[in-house]
Parts: sequence; C-alpha cells; structure tokens
Amino acid sequence: MARVFRFGDGISTDAIMPGRYNLTTDPAALAKACFIENRPDFHETVRPGDVIVAGNNFGCGSSREHAPLSIKASGVSAVVARSFARIFYRNAVNLGLPVIRCADLYDAVQDGDEVVVDTEHGTIVAGGRTFQGEAPSAVARRISEAGSLVELIKNHGWAAIEEVV
Amino acid sequence: MGTLVEEILSRRVGRPVHAGDTVIAEVDAVMAHDVTGPLAIDAFRSLEMPIWNAARTIFSFDHVFPSNSVAASELHRRIREFAAEYGIRNLFAEGICHLVMVERGFVRPGGVVVGADSHSTTYGALGCFATGMGSTDIGVTMATGRSWFRVPETLRIEVTGDLARGVQAKDLALHVIRQLGAEGANYLAVEWGGPTVTAMGLSERLTLSNLSVDFGAKCGLCEVDAKTWDYLHLPDGGDLRPSQASYSGVLRVDVSELEPQVSAPPAIENVRPLSELAGIRLDEVFIGSCANGRIEDMAIVAGMLEGRQVNPATRTIIIPGTRTAYVQALERGYIDTFVRAGAVVMAAGCGPCLGRQHGTLGPGERALSTSMRNYPGRMGSPDAEIYLANPAVAAASALAGVIADPREEN
Ligand code: SF4
Repeated sequence: MARVFRFGDGISTDAIMPGRYNLTTDPAALAKACFIENRPDFHETVRPGDVIVAGNNFGCGSSREHAPLSIKASGVSAVVARSFARIFYRNAVNLGLPVIRCADLYDAVQDGDEVVVDTEHGTIVAGGRTFQGEAPSAVARRISEAGSLVELIKNHGWAAIEEVV
Repeated sequence: MGTLVEEILSRRVGRPVHAGDTVIAEVDAVMAHDVTGPLAIDAFRSLEMPIWNAARTIFSFDHVFPSNSVAASELHRRIREFAAEYGIRNLFAEGICHLVMVERGFVRPGGVVVGADSHSTTYGALGCFATGMGSTDIGVTMATGRSWFRVPETLRIEVTGDLARGVQAKDLALHVIRQLGAEGANYLAVEWGGPTVTAMGLSERLTLSNLSVDFGAKCGLCEVDAKTWDYLHLPDGGDLRPSQASYSGVLRVDVSELEPQVSAPPAIENVRPLSELAGIRLDEVFIGSCANGRIEDMAIVAGMLEGRQVNPATRTIIIPGTRTAYVQALERGYIDTFVRAGAVVMAAGCGPCLGRQHGTLGPGERALSTSMRNYPGRMGSPDAEIYLANPAVAAASALAGVIADPREEN
C-alpha cells in the first residue's frame, strides 16, 4: 500500500528543490534535497511507492527538471494533483514520473492515508472510493509507454510522435 | 491567418495550423544555462545522436557566475568540456541568458526558440514563439533541432490608456496577474496588444513577455512593428499581427488610473496597490533580473539615486543584466551614481534572484526585488519575505529603507 504525502496549493519548484541544492545532476543527491526546506522530514520518511497528493498548480515556477527528478529518485510512484504547472507536467512525463490530474482526490485524503494508484488508467482508490484522473494526451501516453522521452526519440525518432498527432 | 502564435507556427510548419493541433516544429536556436545545461547534456548524451547544429546551440553562464562553490565550478566544467567536444562556440558568460539571447541575435521576429529556463517566454516581445522547457526536452532539441508543441489557444490582453509617471510595464503585468491568478493563462498563449503596448518601447514589451510565464502562459507575444526591427538593428522586415483571430478570451485593461503594484509574499498573484504596502521596512533591495535588468531600467534607477544616499540599514544590490548594459551604464555615469549612492553593483547575471549567490536572505528578512519570483525560499531562507515591484519603486524604497512611492520623489 502506498501512503499519501499531502501538499497544498501552489507548491513551486523552489519548494520541491530550492535553488541552493540543485547544483548536481546526481539523482541520489537530488532525492536527499527533495522538499528539504518545505518538509524537511520528507527524504527520511518517504518509502518507495508512496504517492504525492497536491492541490492546484503543483510545480509552478522555475523549469528546473531537478524537481521532478528528485521526486522520482525519492521512489514516489505518482503525483496526483488538482492541477499542474505546464512545464513541470511535461518534465515529469518526459522523465517517466507518473502525473495524474484529478479534481476530487485532494479533498478526500489526509496525509498518511493509504491509496492504490493505477498509473496506466489514472485511477486512484482511497478510503473505499475510486477516483478517476484525467486521461493524458496522446503524446504524453506515447512517451509514458516508451518509459521516457529520451527512450522514445532514441528508439523511434520523431516518427513515434508524428504517428499520434 | 489567425492569432500570432497560429501565424508563426503555420509559417514554420508550412501549413495552416490552429489551436489544439499538435505540431513538430524546427527551432532557430536552443539554449540552456549553467544550472539546467548539465542535465540537458546528460539527456543529449543518452540519445547517442550527433548534435543538430553547434552554431545554434547556446550555453549561458549566468545563474551562478562567477562560480561560488566547487559544485558550481564542476557544472561549468562539464558544460565547457561538452562544448569543446561538439564544437559549440556559443558559451556566453556576459549576463542573463534571456537578455544575451536577444543581444546576440538569436531571436528573430516570426522565429521559434526554446530554452531550458521558464523565462524563455521573454523573446515573445520580438514576435518570436519562444517557450521554456525542462532539460530533457532541450537535450532532445539539441540532437534533433525540433520539438513538439500543442498549438495553444490565445488570451488577448488589449491595453488602453497612458501609464502615469512611475507606473511601468511591470505594474501592468502584476495588475493582470492579480486579476487572473497564477494559473490564469496556464497552457495558453498570451498576446499583448492595444495602443498602450504599441506605444511602449521594446524594453517594456520584454518585461510583459517575461512575466507571461508567471501566470502560466506557454508564450507571451507582442506584435512586430518598425520598433521591433529597430531594436534588433535589422532592416524593417514588415509588421506581424494577428488577423481574423479567434481568441479563447480577451481581457481589456485600461491603465490610465493604474498605480504602481507590489506583489507581496508568498506568491506572485498576491498583488496589492503600492499604497497598501508603503512603509514596510526592508533589509534588502535588489534591482536587476531578466524582468527589469536592462539599460532602460538602470536609467530610471540612476535618475532617482543621482546625488542621493540609499538607506544604510537596507543593502541595495544593483545588477545590469548584461555586459552591454553594464558598459552603457558605465559610459553614462550610472555606475558612478549607484556606487556613490551606497549601492553594491555586481557582475552581470541573475544575482540574488534565485538565492544561490550573494545577497541571500536570512530568516525573517524582508526584500524588495525587481525580479518576478517570491515563493518562500526563492532568495534564501524560506522564512524571508520577498516583495516584487518596478525599478522606480525599488529605487524609492532603497532611499527610504521602506517600501516607498516613487511618485513622492522629486
Ligand atoms: S534573472 Fe531570475 S528569473 Fe531571470 S533567468 Fe535569472 S534566475 Fe531566472
């Protein structure tokens, strides 16, 4: 069972990965600094498979990909938010970090609740209820299927995206 | 025919495209800086592909330049080694990437540019479709010269009225953000138009396009006119305007009565009229950034600090955004004015904007900055407060040591 780490509205990439901690590209080092000021115990308490649930505009601000990378390297299996900032969402998809837009889950869960997330179908089960997230775009689905944008372009080139648009 | 973004992307892909279509478009240039560059290089290397075009690949050393740590020096070394390996000569350490991209001629009206930094929207002021991306997307473009885009719907912001003295493009942008919220233009193109924008100089238009991303926009475009070509020192290539455009929304703003605006912590959308916040004590004033670090901004500040002293209890940091702006400021005597006024002038670059170098805020400190980000922790301690305003407000506040109204200065 995955546990929920619940965050509020407008969580910026500065909150996820402050500018003073991202002078590295090493995923393990970035994981240690994930939410280091916003929620200093995050790195110690998060376990592989846990889920971040957040309010509006998750990942706003700087385009730094260190932010979704640090979340992924922390072992988080999915981020479910009411809405995402555009660049963060695309970065997460590119890295293969599952991101699900879901309007209703946020108000239905508390920190520490247990949830089951089906990232393929975008469904979340929490407290006996099932929540359906928004379907990703065709391009996002194609990237997710390949594992990451790098894998997709490396193995299939732009043709892989041309096929689905 | 269509909105500006539809016009630009249609020309680029050679067929009419409309909001909602997804296109794969060639870019004119791809940029990364000293913090996002190394991750882009990692992505590029994992692709195991040759580089698309070394002459159109740009790295800027600006976020932490000169380096202040071993870790940053290491990032710089990795970029220089990569550039040497692939014959990339566009390594610039002469100021903030977005201003350098414009000065160095990588941005053209009607063009397409992507950058590994959210404020790449700045180039939209020149009628260029430009957007910020993460390092993976940028690494892919470095290898292929292309990127994919969903053609966005457009929010037209139609601006009328004359800006009063002491009120600038920054205040218009903050005023719009107050109305629309930080997500108000998420996934949209913003088109800034109307008589007020037409009357603005390019420096002010660049501020509008810069702040477009701060309410979510994918790009922030201005129409192309004679002033655009003149700013770029290019022969007049004609106007570029939307025609028979269909907008997802039109926001009409009359700026005649607008007073200076200040964004209060903890987020940019928390905008208030200056009069409500005047008098708040400040520990630091920062004047610079890609929003307001141009020579035009320096001129406003120099005009106000000339022969005066900044408040000694408030550290005032002034950074011309590029080396060119710095040299102009030197020649015109602005640097002399700043230093004699008691301000600290630092090397062209991002400076305190992202709290990674000098000017870092301690817990409980308050700063007023001409940048555009005031999330907790942005400029240092998460327990510091950041207020955002235009350069005239910043200069008046530096003199007073509290948030102050430039219209009360003589
Ligand atoms: S000045 Fe600030 S907002 Fe602009 S590129 Fe530098 S860090 Fe980013």
